[in-house]
Amino acid sequence: MLALTSEIRTPYHGLRAGLKMALLCLATVALFSLDSIPAMLAAVAAVGALYLVPGPRFLRGGLGLLTPVWVFVALVIGWHALTGNTGAGVVIALRLVAAVALANLVTMTTRFDDLVELVMWALTPLRRAGVNTAPLGFAIVLVVRFVPVLLDKARLLIDAWRARSPRRPGWHLGLPITLVAIDDAEHVAEALRARGGLEQTEPND
Amino acid sequence: MERQITLIALFAALIAVLGLVPKFTLASGIPITAQGMGIMLCGTVLGARRGALAVLLFLGLVALGLPLLAGGRGGLGVFAGPTVGFLVGFPIAAFVTGWIMEKMRGTPVFPAAIIAAVLGGIVVLYIPGILGMSAMLDMTVTQATVSMAAFIPGDLIKAGLAAALTASLYRARPASVLSRA
Repeated sequence: MLALTSEIRTPYHGLRAGLKMALLCLATVALFSLDSIPAMLAAVAAVGALYLVPGPRFLRGGLGLLTPVWVFVALVIGWHALTGNTGAGVVIALRLVAAVALANLVTMTTRFDDLVELVMWALTPLRRAGVNTAPLGFAIVLVVRFVPVLLDKARLLIDAWRARSPRRPGWHLGLPITLVAIDDAEHVAEALRARGGLEQTEPND
Repeated sequence: MERQITLIALFAALIAVLGLVPKFTLASGIPITAQGMGIMLCGTVLGARRGALAVLLFLGLVALGLPLLAGGRGGLGVFAGPTVGFLVGFPIAAFVTGWIMEKMRGTPVFPAAIIAAVLGGIVVLYIPGILGMSAMLDMTVTQATVSMAAFIPGDLIKAGLAAALTASLYRARPASVLSRA
């Protein structure tokens, strides 16, 4: 399935999703309280070391995920250099890299299903209070399914356009793609209702 | 209930799919992606509450690690990045777009949708977006605003397309445009 979880097994995969999230929150708060270049360099080095434990291939995967951040690193350092405060710019840039890399590390080493389970667990108090949380779990599954289905339908319509028109497919296809998708969603809803629907059932956990 | 949930899920998926549409570059060299149009459509088609729910569902899946943001980005890292303000603004933008759409029930769909998309999907979205950039990158609000100005023309095009799409959808499937149902 499409997800950012790394297929390289790491020691971190074995940790519980909840524990990793709690550690991530603490570490991010700590990062925002540090304010000197040596401290930030140490933080970035520590995060880098965490990425190196599973091996260089994992580190490369992690660097790949960081690609969009470099633009902002250049922007921040450049801006602060212009206003004569390069030191502050370097601290912010290093903090940005460390915080994003750390969050990515949790994403890369935690299965999507485990995170969904964590969310459903976090909603337990709501469930106890009588809120029906089943639709949320169901909606998550629906989106994960709808994305590839929508892409397939769009591809079909684009092919149909290409077979008939010398012009490139463009925004004209927006309406037919949306119509096909909406009709599909209405069918899914009808099928769900026919099978008993999502109304609150007796809590059994 | 089933219908609302499937439509909310569908629009969450639609935001993701629009993020995969290849970005095209304006004459000014600024790349624009179709993802923001998905946010506007959530508001203009689903209305305030359901539109915001669809966006929240989309963001939840991004946080859980699906690479659904434009350019295949995703995971918890994007919420620690400089564009976090825009992510926070997404559901608010969809809500305000939907709210304006519902308030303008007496106005024909196209003009109502374009006003809603510009106010909700651009003006309201940029406020948290700019505040987030200025906080994360230590710029002043004015500097952050100036750096975002280049994206406005692309966003206006998106608002026009979103409104046109909503209006044709209303002609073809009036019952599915929940903001008018």
